[in-house]
Amino acid sequence: MTLLAHTGIVFGRALRATLRSKTNLFFGMLQPLLFLALFGPLLTELDIGVSGSSWQALVPGVLIQLTLLGGSYVGLGLLMDRSLGVVDRMRVTPVTPLALLLGRTLRDVVQLVAQAVLLVLLGLALGLRAPLPGVLLGLLFVAVVAAALSALSYGLAMHIRTGQEFAAVVNTAGMPLMLLAGLLLPMSLAPGWLDGISRAVPFRYTVDAVRQVFLGHYANGTVAVGAAVTLALAALCLLAGARLFRSAPA
Amino acid sequence: MSSLSSSVIRIRGLTRTFQLKSGPVHAVRGIDLTVGRGEILGFLGPNGAGKTTTLRMLTTLLPPSGGDAEIAGHDLLRDPAGVRRRIGYVAQSGGLDPACGVREELVTQCRLHLMSRGAARERAGELARELGLSDLMDRPTGALSGGQRRRLEIAMGLANRPEVLFLDEPTTGLDPGSRAELWELVARVRAEHGTTVFLTTHYLDEADALADRVVVVDSGRIVAEGTPADLKTRYTGDPAASLQDAFLAITGRGATGEPVAI
Repeated sequence: MTLLAHTGIVFGRALRATLRSKTNLFFGMLQPLLFLALFGPLLTELDIGVSGSSWQALVPGVLIQLTLLGGSYVGLGLLMDRSLGVVDRMRVTPVTPLALLLGRTLRDVVQLVAQAVLLVLLGLALGLRAPLPGVLLGLLFVAVVAAALSALSYGLAMHIRTGQEFAAVVNTAGMPLMLLAGLLLPMSLAPGWLDGISRAVPFRYTVDAVRQVFLGHYANGTVAVGAAVTLALAALCLLAGARLFRSAPA
Repeated sequence: MSSLSSSVIRIRGLTRTFQLKSGPVHAVRGIDLTVGRGEILGFLGPNGAGKTTTLRMLTTLLPPSGGDAEIAGHDLLRDPAGVRRRIGYVAQSGGLDPACGVREELVTQCRLHLMSRGAARERAGELARELGLSDLMDRPTGALSGGQRRRLEIAMGLANRPEVLFLDEPTTGLDPGSRAELWELVARVRAEHGTTVFLTTHYLDEADALADRVVVVDSGRIVAEGTPADLKTRYTGDPAASLQDAFLAITGRGATGEPVAI
């Protein structure tokens, strides 16, 4: 209960800070929407080997891409707060240290899910067809991945000195993961070797599962594997994030 | 020095070694110190003497490599959360979000000290009145002057009515008027609330004007301690000497490369 209450206090502060920075909020929301609107139409005439329109493959992909990018970069904000002394100031209060991490992570989950809702709405307008329970399940996947990456990103940011170094690490790790997960085009199009490598990337299973639930298929192997892999990844990332956050050097 | 029973900080053999690629760096080499309740202690030393490292250990931010300490009745190693409940800390960097409003910073700080929403709002108003921030409540902290910002940071450090207030280089970067104001403020906090103040500084005039007792650190060790008058007499033979002269005699060099701030 204590942890929950403390997390709530930190979440409130973080959320108010997000709502205050209108420019960030606007551009953060705009980018994935532009991506969908300006890249999506290129695929509509192609046969990319999925049932239904190409939007059925692309919208889930852009959703997970948004979460992957948005989630992994949150550490930059923490780095800024660290250099301002905000993090240390909060660490010298009775608030449970874990709440300092979870409060921020919860804010990121809320922000990314809100952005995901907009993205799905735009997708529906452009030609995506998905049942409501499927969309809600998809957003649940988004929330779990967001929590995982945000916590890991904060843990990492407690151990890196500058924003440049942080961006370099996150870019280097994020870019191949994103390409290999088959976010923009399904991996069924890939040559054997690429498909093989991509099977080692957990987000591949997440996005395949989201594509299934957007088609209204809930009880099949793809969804089960996607859910299991995503939950396992989240548990691992949250654990690692919390450990890194706690063991922060001076 | 105050007797043990009225002491609020007891430090024994505190050390901190950083392991760098170039080898170990002994930032703090064994500090023994007792601070009396209601005392204003000036922790004085040149840059790199280990002042901030010591402060970060005493405020639970940095685990010591060795030694132990008891602060405000709580053991630093066994009960860091207890220590955090009873102290206030204002870092050199201050810890303000420039986009955040003054009221929100104050209320949130009280919430972080686990006050209810109502109590936090009330305490924030009280702190604002006490530190002359009432007219600035709706301003973003980034729009405050240096002196106003420091006052807000100290107000936040006092949110939980701490027994001990730790200030790290509180007047660095302030103009002379704001520095004098800040000294007055710290003295007033002590007079009105009996708060013990542990402040680091490399300004000799600051230690002279504010501190009941000065502890001089150099290379991670305490090299001298006493009232400013004591130190002047002991190290220069002349009570009318400046603390700068005493400092030179103690460390063999000036406290800082820059001239003593006025």
